[in-house]
Amino acid sequence: MSLLITGGRIIDRDGERIGDVRVVDAHVAEVGPALEPGDDDRVIDAAGLVVSPGFVDLHVHLREPGREEAETIETGSRAAALGGYTAVVAMPNTDPTQDSVEVVDFVRRQGERAGLCEVLPSGSITVGRAGETLTPFAELAGAGVTLFTDDGNGVQDPLLMRRALEYADGLGITLAQHCEVERLTAGAVMHEGDCCSRLGLPGWPAIAEELMLHRDIELVRLTGVPMHFLHLSTARSVELVRRAKADGLSITAEATPHHFSLTDERLASYDAIYKVNPPLRTAHDIAAIRAGLADGTIDAIATDHAPHVAEAKEQPLDQAPPGMLGLETALGVSLAHLDMPLAEVIAAMSWKPASIAGVADRHGRPIAVGEPANLAVFDPDVEWEVIPARLASKSRNTPYVGVALRGRVVHTIFNGHAVVVDGIAGR
Amino acid sequence: MSARSLLTIDDLGSSGIMRVLDLADHMAEVNRRPNPKVPALRGKTVCNVFFEDSTRTRLSFETAAKRLSADTMTFAASQSSINKGESLRDTIETIAAMGVDAFVVRHKSSGAPQLIAGWTQASVINAGDGWHAHPTQALLDAYTVRTALSRTGGFDGLRMAIVGDVKHSRVARSTVQAFRMLGAHVTVVAPRTLLPPDVGDRFADAVTDRLDDLIGDVDVLYLLRMQHERMHEALVPSLREYTTRFGLTPRRAAMLGPQTLVMHPGPMNRGVEIAVDPAELPGAVITQQVTNGIAVRMAVLFDLLGSGGPIAPTTDAATDVTTEGPTE
Repeated sequence: MSLLITGGRIIDRDGERIGDVRVVDAHVAEVGPALEPGDDDRVIDAAGLVVSPGFVDLHVHLREPGREEAETIETGSRAAALGGYTAVVAMPNTDPTQDSVEVVDFVRRQGERAGLCEVLPSGSITVGRAGETLTPFAELAGAGVTLFTDDGNGVQDPLLMRRALEYADGLGITLAQHCEVERLTAGAVMHEGDCCSRLGLPGWPAIAEELMLHRDIELVRLTGVPMHFLHLSTARSVELVRRAKADGLSITAEATPHHFSLTDERLASYDAIYKVNPPLRTAHDIAAIRAGLADGTIDAIATDHAPHVAEAKEQPLDQAPPGMLGLETALGVSLAHLDMPLAEVIAAMSWKPASIAGVADRHGRPIAVGEPANLAVFDPDVEWEVIPARLASKSRNTPYVGVALRGRVVHTIFNGHAVVVDGIAGR
Repeated sequence: MSARSLLTIDDLGSSGIMRVLDLADHMAEVNRRPNPKVPALRGKTVCNVFFEDSTRTRLSFETAAKRLSADTMTFAASQSSINKGESLRDTIETIAAMGVDAFVVRHKSSGAPQLIAGWTQASVINAGDGWHAHPTQALLDAYTVRTALSRTGGFDGLRMAIVGDVKHSRVARSTVQAFRMLGAHVTVVAPRTLLPPDVGDRFADAVTDRLDDLIGDVDVLYLLRMQHERMHEALVPSLREYTTRFGLTPRRAAMLGPQTLVMHPGPMNRGVEIAVDPAELPGAVITQQVTNGIAVRMAVLFDLLGSGGPIAPTTDAATDVTTEGPTE
């Protein structure tokens, strides 16, 4: 089984060059100009395309087990592969919760069965994500879990969060926080500001995110244990992380494409497609998040891919669940909206999140002989629009219908297999 | 997508408001007749869909529709398939399939009427959604001031204070907007906790928490209902303190100008926002608001569903279409 990817712009952490890449079995076998195709080589013409390490999404909801009507690990993996992802971190808010070895093993095996990307189950910080009792970190780490979070909820109790950090020390795992002080967001459906005042909708104030972020930054300062911060959405959050990093604290952060491309004005339609948690915010916040990505304050672009069936989103805003699709549009939104060198966008989608997810040994690797063959091949310039009916995801709740995107994945190589060829997934 | 709808005051604009208020004058004349009924909407079907209890508003719309000879249906969520898990969209599409020309919608969720308008060909009239909008209340408020103060040309120079829980009030959002569109200067009077976040120029002309400073200078004092559950959310310390700072007490009633109108959307919390007997206030027009609600809702129904012909023939014979009717 061998592939020859010819004539692409190879961009990885070591820089950029034009060349051919030969993949044999699961590894890169040869890199160089004008490689001769062997008899068994499947040739992929990458002229005019970028060949980069496959993307790593720190934040996806694959809905299995529990909500298979919205997404399965198979359909979510397909969407991920089409988005250029070779690894995705599955959030633990499944039913049952990913708080036991049995459930995380199930998720991992379902990912292997689909075979389209590596599905990395995260573990919850607390049992049932109830915010009361710690999950067995060491047992779960033994089952391969590297990232722990109660995503969907922040860990409200400061004592529990402190204990979680202290107990995690030395286990080789990372705790990730969804920053939201829930007492400040009861019933909230959108950003608290001028727009929610006019629309008569309960506001989700920026301070609810920033207070918990500040608390946890101080807990990192106290304990010396690293932390990752999920889906930052406010300008002040970016500034808090920037200062904490300047203080030398070992923290990382992510932002989603929707938080750097869409404002709260979208909610004027009362269309629950635009309801997401944390909520879409203002142009000021968007500018700050873009600047945070550009200067490295925010390490990674993560999608928070959150599928929901149509009926769930065809409800008034206060009744509809939050969340929007992201896997198949992340690159297109990022290249359309970020004013950053291409290599830095790739870094934020590939080797930086690979490192945070603890999979830097096999994802986000340099494209060099002997390295695992997890690659994305994409056209960075093509403009396109989403057609919901053609999404691989089982759900259709994308907010990008009618929005011009730029940049689209053409081929994805996972573990040496061409899982996406000419924009079509399968193996 | 619906035919013409009334979801917010924005759907009318100032000229549309004036058109509806002019129509309401005709409807008020109908209502003064011994037999207050005209055939203007004969053959039309109006369905009241109330996902939140509101006897007053529902009766007002029902009466308005019947006086225009429309057929009416009422759907109340408390006795409905909503409790059996049917979605809002399925409910609306099912009723629409029975043949409905207009839905009158009350819903506890802001934006629900706008969603419904996207699912049906019928007109949708917002009868109050969440904290968002209550456009027919705003119209009946404007009509009440217009008739009480003979202000047929608009509200230029009119000074209004609206007092109380603006944050959670769809009445405040629509009424403030309508009065400002007609030229009034509107001051919102409330503690910060009862104001929407980022309340600003787009919302009102002025904001204060000092009722005493302006109560003697306003033409209209509009009191909002203070809901008891707000006490549990730390929005105000107690009803007593609310009344002390923002209630219409006998002391404040004595400060009102002789012509000042006192308004309330009902139902009143006597002893809280209004701590005097409204019957003893010469400027109180709270009952007139209720009465005018019928004429204004007739005007809205006719504006949306009418043929464009005359409103009020005194006999059924007079059904010829003339050019006197309202035009866009």
